[in-house]
Amino acid sequence: MALIELTDISKHYQMGDQLVKALDKVSLSIERNEYIAFVGASGSGKSTMMNILGCLDTPTSGTFRLNEKNVQDMNESQLADIRNQEIGFIFQSFNLLPRASALANVMHPLIYRGISLKQRKVLATEALERVNLAERMDHLPNQLSGGQRQRVAIARALVTTPSILLADEPTGNLDSQTTVDIMKLFDMLHQEGHTIVMVTHEDEIANHCHRIVRLQDGGIIEDKLNAHAA
Amino acid sequence: MHTLLESIRSALMSIRAHGFRSFLTTLGIVIGVASVITVVSVIQGLSYSINKQFESLGSNSLSISSYLPFEERLKGKIARITERDLNDINYRVENIESLTPVLFAQGNRSSSVQYGSQTAFAQVQGTTYSYQNVSQIFAKHGRFLSLEDNKTRRKVVVIGEEVRKDLNLKPNPVGEYIQVGGEWFKVIGLAEKKGELLGLKQDNFVLMPFSTMEGLIGNQVRPDIFIQLTVTGPEVLESVQQQIERILRRNHKLRYGEENDFKIQTAEQLTKTISQVIDTLTLVLGGIVSISLLVGGIGIMNIMLVSVTERTREIGICKAIGAKRHHILIQFLIEAVTLSLFGGVIGVAIGYGLGALASSYIPNFPPATVPLWAIGVAFGFSAMVGIVFGILPAAKAANLKPIDALRYE
Repeated sequence: MALIELTDISKHYQMGDQLVKALDKVSLSIERNEYIAFVGASGSGKSTMMNILGCLDTPTSGTFRLNEKNVQDMNESQLADIRNQEIGFIFQSFNLLPRASALANVMHPLIYRGISLKQRKVLATEALERVNLAERMDHLPNQLSGGQRQRVAIARALVTTPSILLADEPTGNLDSQTTVDIMKLFDMLHQEGHTIVMVTHEDEIANHCHRIVRLQDGGIIEDKLNAHAA
Repeated sequence: MHTLLESIRSALMSIRAHGFRSFLTTLGIVIGVASVITVVSVIQGLSYSINKQFESLGSNSLSISSYLPFEERLKGKIARITERDLNDINYRVENIESLTPVLFAQGNRSSSVQYGSQTAFAQVQGTTYSYQNVSQIFAKHGRFLSLEDNKTRRKVVVIGEEVRKDLNLKPNPVGEYIQVGGEWFKVIGLAEKKGELLGLKQDNFVLMPFSTMEGLIGNQVRPDIFIQLTVTGPEVLESVQQQIERILRRNHKLRYGEENDFKIQTAEQLTKTISQVIDTLTLVLGGIVSISLLVGGIGIMNIMLVSVTERTREIGICKAIGAKRHHILIQFLIEAVTLSLFGGVIGVAIGYGLGALASSYIPNFPPATVPLWAIGVAFGFSAMVGIVFGILPAAKAANLKPIDALRYE
């Protein structure tokens, strides 16, 4: 059984009197421990794909099974649980809570699981150690560099031991050297057994992945294994 | 449980992050609660001391006064307690311990009093020696009116401090002669100073023997007497009341079915009447100042709405990593309630201080008392304000779609 199974997923918006088909009958499955990139120009539907995979948005039609659960029928509260337990988000703009320290940011998702403060601290410290940021965990986001912020975000995604890591242009706001570091981190996480789904428009980033899915006008135009994966 | 603790922590953090803004927002509640507490504490202090004064009259006392409803007065009727009533009550009613008639000069208006070239206005009353116990007036110099004074219609007066000052009399005026209503009276006593109550001077009186007063008024005006009496015990209170009522009704020729043109009140009834007035006063004034609490609440709602908009992205992040509606709702609600409760605490403290200050600055004003219920109400009210005015912004935050909130710039 695949980890993610999309069947005939469509997402339509009504913009004025025009119907926009952000995704149109897309079917796809992703196995455990895959390292997959969605690529495409802007407007191709890759962001919508990201939102649906991340359970931030619900499809207009189609079925979405995540870890053997039917996601498309869930209500808001159940979706929140799925986001908390199954998905680790990594955003282009990091999306850290500005007034919370690195440690507090990483601890945050565990609050919604009702884990005690002590236990949260232990787990968050472990996660920060895995991204090599243990010595900066008391800093606020604005006291950290871009690369460090993204590491905090990755630690926050890892701390809940999700079934997939969902990265939306994770290096979009980083300089080239930091990009290399962060991508190395992703490679390492993949080798440790994580399932990583990435959305990017940079071929260089996509090249790290073992499978590349190209989207255009709301449909898949190419789905290939990447033999040259770095 | 952990989430609740976390919400409180986070609420405190964000209140601290906007220290000055939070302070200004809270100020509305502070002012509201402080004014409610001030008003209530001052009025309650007043009520407490008035009740105490009436308690000193004792539960065995009755007061009799003429009374006509306003409508009857408009029809030209006049009600009075006459000398005949007084005598009948004095001689025919059983179980009376003491009886104190009070006769006011010409319908309770002040009369002019003269000493040398000085003229002053004073409440001139005729009464007997037992008035001392009723009114708690004690002589500072000289003596109070005696039984003999009354029997022999002596032309003597006991004056209050205010009258002494107005007439430029020396500090111990005993033995001086003053003129009241064209006649000369010897000052036999100066009463201890009582000060003011609610801006009314209490030392502006001239007391003379009852019989002397009757003579002074003469036959031109038929007097209306106020009678204060004590009975031998609380068990006879009712029978005395009934006897007096029977006598007065007969003397006043009231037919069956006609209403009394007099009032017989026990000290308890008087206290009750005054308490009712004070309670109404508390309610009305409290109600007026509560409006400022409402305004404070709107201030909180306003700032919470700003806060929600500002933190839309944060809300989006929280939702993306697993926050449910109630997590967000509770967090913002706690923030609003914390703000208004802070205001409540500070407001109670300031209100208490202001109440104490106000009563200490008004001479002879009783100390302010803050009843526990007022504190409870203030806290309850400010918490309620927080909830009521926080729920809308909190719901707005909780209902944000994660995807929209995340995209918010």
